[in-house]
Order: sequence, then structure tokens, then C-alpha cells
Amino acid sequence: MAQAIAFYFIAACILGFAVLVVSTKDTVHSVLFLVMDFLFVAALYVLLGAEFLAAIQVLVYAGGIVVLYLFVVMLVNLKRPPEAHSDPHRRTMLGFLLAAAVLVEVGAIAVYGHSQPAMVPVPGAAMPVTGNTAQIGWLLYTSYLIPFEIASMLLLVAMIGAIVLAKREL
Amino acid sequence: MPITTTHYILLSAALFTIGVVGVMVRRNIIIIFMSIELILNAVNINLIAFSQQLQNGIGQVFAIFVIAVAAAEAAVGLGIILAFYRNKETVNIDEMNVMRS
Repeated sequence: MAQAIAFYFIAACILGFAVLVVSTKDTVHSVLFLVMDFLFVAALYVLLGAEFLAAIQVLVYAGGIVVLYLFVVMLVNLKRPPEAHSDPHRRTMLGFLLAAAVLVEVGAIAVYGHSQPAMVPVPGAAMPVTGNTAQIGWLLYTSYLIPFEIASMLLLVAMIGAIVLAKREL
Repeated sequence: MPITTTHYILLSAALFTIGVVGVMVRRNIIIIFMSIELILNAVNINLIAFSQQLQNGIGQVFAIFVIAVAAAEAAVGLGIILAFYRNKETVNIDEMNVMRS
């Protein structure tokens, strides 16, 4: 019961803040609502028993990425609101219709999956460690070592790329 | 009524749709990037819900990779926004039409 109350409260907060993120006119307010949204998603991860992911979510998303967004919002000094100039060919209603189609499609898949017999838990390779963080670390450094190294390579490339893009001249 | 994986999937679908609306409707490119972050968060909720249902940590490992890719995407994308703003003094995607034929 307590779990259901927590889930519905967190879900309502996530969706409400997400709507505020995409609907607010002021970009700085939008970034701040994005922080709240990430924090409630972290709370949802705790509810799902993924404490390490919740910590990563708070540190990387709410701490790092959002600060990056705030820097860009401050650097991009808008003299006129970006929504002022409107392309006459723009079809806003079509965007809403396509988004509704996506919702119907994903919802139909979810309901169909719910009607199917539930997947039985498949125990992976027996892990020699217990605890959420230790299990993730064990998986990352055994079965998923090469993807892990590729991800670190990707981050290095992205870092160099961002520096090159943001430099005024090479 | 207990909270099942379907609840998490429906929540994730709703969050995904809000992100899609943001990408399709807004004209400020910074807001569009934030909507993409919302979409990636929806994907992460799905991965972790399935990880909990299947009782193994592989979904959480994939969520870590998604977060790493999201960080890379944010860094490069915001660099592109800054470079574009320096040239055209705008972040409105309706004015980003130099490649339109």
C-alpha cells in the first residue's frame, strides 16, 4: 500500500514537472523544472531497488548535465525571445497528433505485453557478490567490459569534440 | 493493487510522449535538447523496471550506458548550439535553415 502511494505520488510529480519543462516560456525555469524531474526519477529508481542508478542519476544528470544546460542558457544571451519568429509552414497540430500516435502505439504495446504470460525471472550467471552496487560493478567488469571501455572512449571523443566545437577558432 | 512492471511501462510511455511533444512543438533548441533528456529518462525507467522484474542487474548496466551516451550527447549538442549561436545570434530552429534547398 505504501509502495503504491509512493509510486503514484512520484509518477504524478515526474509527469507534472515534465509538462512544465516543455511548456514553460522562460528557459531558466525550464532547466530548474528539469532538475526536479531528474530528482523524482531518481526517487523512482530507489523504489525499483536500483540505489546505485539513483545516485548516478543525481550526480550525473541533476549535478552535471543540468549545470551544462544552465551555462549554455546563460551564455546564449537572447535579445529577443526564440519563439517570436515563427515559420509559416510550421504545423504545430501535426506535432501533437504524431505525439498522440506515439502514445497510443507504446500504450498498446504495454497493454499487449500485460496480457501475455509474465516473463519468468531468468537468473543470470551466479554472481559472487551481493548488493546492488557490487552486482553492477561485477557485471561491468566481467561480461560488459568491452562495452564499458567503448563507453569511456565515447566520452573522451565527446569531450574533445565539445572543446573543438566551443573554441572560437582552431 | 500491487505496482507491477506494466505501471512503470505506462509511466515511461507517458514521459516519452511528453518528450516527443517537446521535440515536435517547441522552437527553442535548448528546450528540444531537454526534451531529448526526458525521452532518455523514460527509456531508463523501462530498463530498470525490467531489470527488477527479471531479477538481474543487466538492465541497470544498460541504463548506465544510456546515461553515458546522454552525457556525451549533451556535451556535443550544447557545443553545437554555442557555435551556431555565435554565427547566427539565434537558438530558434525555424531560423536554422542554411541547409534547406
